[in-house]
Amino acid sequence: MTSILQALSRWALPVLLLGITTLGLSKKVPIYESFVDGAKEGWQTALRVLPYLVGMLVAIAVFRQSGALDQLISLISPLTNWLGFPHEVLPLALMRPISGSGALAILSQILDTFGADSFIGRLAATVMGSSETTLYVLTVYAGSIGLKRTRHTLATSLIADLAGALAALYVVLHYFA
Amino acid sequence: MINYVWFCMILAGVITSASKGQIHLVTEGILKGSEQAVVVSIGLVGIISFWSGMMKIAQDAGLMKTTARILGPLARRLFPDVPVHHRAMGSLLLAMSANLLGLGNACTPLGLRAMGDLQELNKDKERASDAMCTFMAVTSSSLTVIPTTIIALRLTHGSATPTDIIGPIIVATTCSTLAAIAVDRILRKFS
Repeated sequence: MTSILQALSRWALPVLLLGITTLGLSKKVPIYESFVDGAKEGWQTALRVLPYLVGMLVAIAVFRQSGALDQLISLISPLTNWLGFPHEVLPLALMRPISGSGALAILSQILDTFGADSFIGRLAATVMGSSETTLYVLTVYAGSIGLKRTRHTLATSLIADLAGALAALYVVLHYFA
Repeated sequence: MINYVWFCMILAGVITSASKGQIHLVTEGILKGSEQAVVVSIGLVGIISFWSGMMKIAQDAGLMKTTARILGPLARRLFPDVPVHHRAMGSLLLAMSANLLGLGNACTPLGLRAMGDLQELNKDKERASDAMCTFMAVTSSSLTVIPTTIIALRLTHGSATPTDIIGPIIVATTCSTLAAIAVDRILRKFS
């Protein structure tokens, strides 16, 4: 099952590339011209995203560099301890929505310290794999079309991240028991 | 809400640096963050251009409408405001499939493409439509079926069974996606 899924993941893009061009030709679409026409949008999109990214990444960098994240962790760890969420994984769970590369570095550290097949290691891997860099997704997606008001999306996403982390805890506790 | 989150991160950063007597950390953060923003957005140019080009071919060949027709019933539930035959439906489904298959660098370009198509249907261009909110919430809750990076990382850290994490990840990510859909439905009434 796993190998089928991985093969699917490896083959999907090449198949899509060949499939779209073949289909285009068979429908008499001037595929190269169509491609160039569409590709022109790349620059504009990237430039439109830039100001949003500068704003968000600067705030994230200031927040991280200063050590404010560590403060936040010590502040809320009593609550997560009470929920039974191990404090070793807490830095990862808090970093995950903010910074993808930061979270990956923490995960790597956790796997080094506790081992990949330990409870802590498995929980950390599940938390990492089951969520996204929420702030990045929101910033880039909203920025690409110049949205100023994303309404309730940030709140929704952060609540979903919390639900995901708690689900990860529950599943890892029972799945490997 | 984004205004408050943004401000709180800056405020917490400045206060923490000052209390540690290391206020230069703020300046370093500003430099580092802005540099990173340029690297990320310029780094996206090539791959976004590529997928925008491929999407244009697909659109000219009528593929988006076909995709939308096949996966329509599910998508209509999730995005009731998007007309089934509009090309936004096709690009939404393609972006979500790319996420599902863990196609890494194709996900963001396809997602941005879908946002662009949704913007055509949006009346207030500065305010996210309901469909956009749902799409962003679902995407940021992650829809992965194949967590390639995690498996590779577990392998390099000496895991005996690196792939046994797939099951728990699928369960956890399904929970967070369902939570995202439910919470989005509730909160949209108040925003």
